[in-house]
Amino acid sequence: MQRVLIIGATSAIAEATARLYAARGARLYLVARNAERLKDIAQDLLVRGANEVDNAVLDVNHVDAHEGVLEAAWQQLGGVDIVLIAHGTLPDQMACEASVSVALEEFATNASSTIALLTPIANRMAASRQGTIAVISSVAGDRGRASNYLYGAAKAAVSEFLSGLRQRLGKQGVNVLTIKPGFVDTPMTREFKKGVLWATPEAVASGICRAIDRRRSVAYLPWFWMGIMLVIKHIPEAIFKRIKL
Amino acid sequence: MSIIGQSWGRYPATEQIVVPIRDRHASLPVSDASMLPYGNGRSYGDSCLNHGGTLLHARGLDRYIQFDPLTGILKCEAGVLFSEILGLVVPQGWFLPVTPGTKFVTVGGAIANDVHGKNHHRAGTFGCHVRAFELLRSNGARLLCTPSENAEWFAATIGGLGLTGLVTWATIQMRRIAGPWMSAEVHRFENLEGFFEISEASDRDYEYTVAWVDCAAKGRSLGRGLFTRANHAPACPDQRPSSPARRLGVPFVPPLSLINPLTLRMFNALYYHRQRRPVIHATMHYEPHFYPLDGVRDWNRIYGPAGFMQYQCVVPPNEARRAIEQLVRIVAGAGGGSFLAVLKQFGEQRSPGMLSFPRPGATFALDFPNKGENTLRLLDRLDSVVAAAGGAVYPAKDARMPGRLFRQYFPAWESFTQYIDPRFSSSFWRRVME
Repeated sequence: MQRVLIIGATSAIAEATARLYAARGARLYLVARNAERLKDIAQDLLVRGANEVDNAVLDVNHVDAHEGVLEAAWQQLGGVDIVLIAHGTLPDQMACEASVSVALEEFATNASSTIALLTPIANRMAASRQGTIAVISSVAGDRGRASNYLYGAAKAAVSEFLSGLRQRLGKQGVNVLTIKPGFVDTPMTREFKKGVLWATPEAVASGICRAIDRRRSVAYLPWFWMGIMLVIKHIPEAIFKRIKL
Repeated sequence: MSIIGQSWGRYPATEQIVVPIRDRHASLPVSDASMLPYGNGRSYGDSCLNHGGTLLHARGLDRYIQFDPLTGILKCEAGVLFSEILGLVVPQGWFLPVTPGTKFVTVGGAIANDVHGKNHHRAGTFGCHVRAFELLRSNGARLLCTPSENAEWFAATIGGLGLTGLVTWATIQMRRIAGPWMSAEVHRFENLEGFFEISEASDRDYEYTVAWVDCAAKGRSLGRGLFTRANHAPACPDQRPSSPARRLGVPFVPPLSLINPLTLRMFNALYYHRQRRPVIHATMHYEPHFYPLDGVRDWNRIYGPAGFMQYQCVVPPNEARRAIEQLVRIVAGAGGGSFLAVLKQFGEQRSPGMLSFPRPGATFALDFPNKGENTLRLLDRLDSVVAAAGGAVYPAKDARMPGRLFRQYFPAWESFTQYIDPRFSSSFWRRVME
């Protein structure tokens, strides 16, 4: 029976992923800010077949509170097989350009808090010498673009951190998975016009489960984003700075 | 975000703001425009549309709250689809108490339209199996509605076309089954008289009955068709079940309707004669039995860009034979007939719903490619038969019935109006109140 810890459990992608683990009969520990929504999701997952669902309220920007929540999760589940870190916001790029405090706050939510969580989680997983740490980064972290480079920079920090962590933990039997979704139709992206490149949270969730099962290192979701980002990464700066993306 | 909203008939074209609803505890959005809950868009006409207003897209309310496998009572949010419920309850030995011909409807939509199925003569409407729900009003009030608590709100909301407020969650009693298999028989009948004979002989012993009618046949074959009757089969059926069909799809909207008089006559004749023997028996999975069209994704696109119109009516028992014959005659005479003509006898069980459509008698469902004035005139002729017989037309499938006829078909409309949320409205409601 898989023991799964999800941080940012009320996000659409995390909820869809949790449903897949519930259907497998997993034991889950959910962490998010909103207690009421956590309770709704926990009830739902139990009906869907989860063996056990517990939860804790946490604002990831309260770094001092991390250790207590992680300890509670490890105690409750008796060890963890899969950690999914899924919290995040989509910063308003213009606001980040206008205000230092907004920029740093958004960077903290999307990068520093993740690094803060991953540090003790990595040590705990290393000690048990098994399992997977999966983190939702983004294709936006592959190259900074004028339209959202604060978000891109935060996700780039997470992706690079994970790359190093993967090297370190690989030797200890712990897989580190970097998840890079493209456009996903979630409440976070409500204001966008949707086109053919958009995926559903359910499709991304099944990609996450598959990548965890297969112990993959990096998963672009859906897969075609790997090709798109390969092209975007290789556009020379001289040209890149003139185009609008 | 303004989008061109569409119902399943792809007619009429409307534009409205779509607001996703994901949290059942949240209050309704604040806006000056009128609101209407929208589930999965399977209503055919304009009852799920709100031109110039807001649609509360409630599909995001898709969480279960509780399921008790001992009693079969399911409590879930209103955006959960019937297809999802089946995936949950069938492996645990339960089935939907009532289901329409598509499993892609939400619980909220099923309540708002008080949907019926092939077992109406035994089980009544979906509303007969709803034990409770929460109604969220635009003033923030949350009403717990059951047959005894807030009973008048319970009655107004079942079949209330989404106008009384947003249903956030509901409790439904499931029906026990042994397994996913159905034991079905298909009988060929030569004419309408044949339908009524076999229907009356079947309603007692068969939980599910429905007939397909060849609307292109005339003369002595007028009203010929295939009558299906079925029961849930035991867990290990005697006969080996046939394997489920592959899922097909219509990938794009063809520039012209693929349904025209020629293809219709061909399809109807082929379908009728496909079955050579007068009776066939089969054990099959519940999916192809209940949801043959769900096997073809986006089948509504075959009617082309103009879309299509459904017409479903019910006529009282003593008028049924005469009225149905007149209707078939009009459709057959108009050339081409209808691609899907479905005939069934409703039972006596009354729904708690104030504006509920099903009532004792025979119900007949037809669909027609939208050819503008010609189609509207044809449907007006059908209306004159239904109105004279004291029948009614189904709002969930309607995009054109005149307001005066709606008010004749549903005399409870006047007392219903006091339960309409002052900030809720729909394209349908404004049309029939004109």
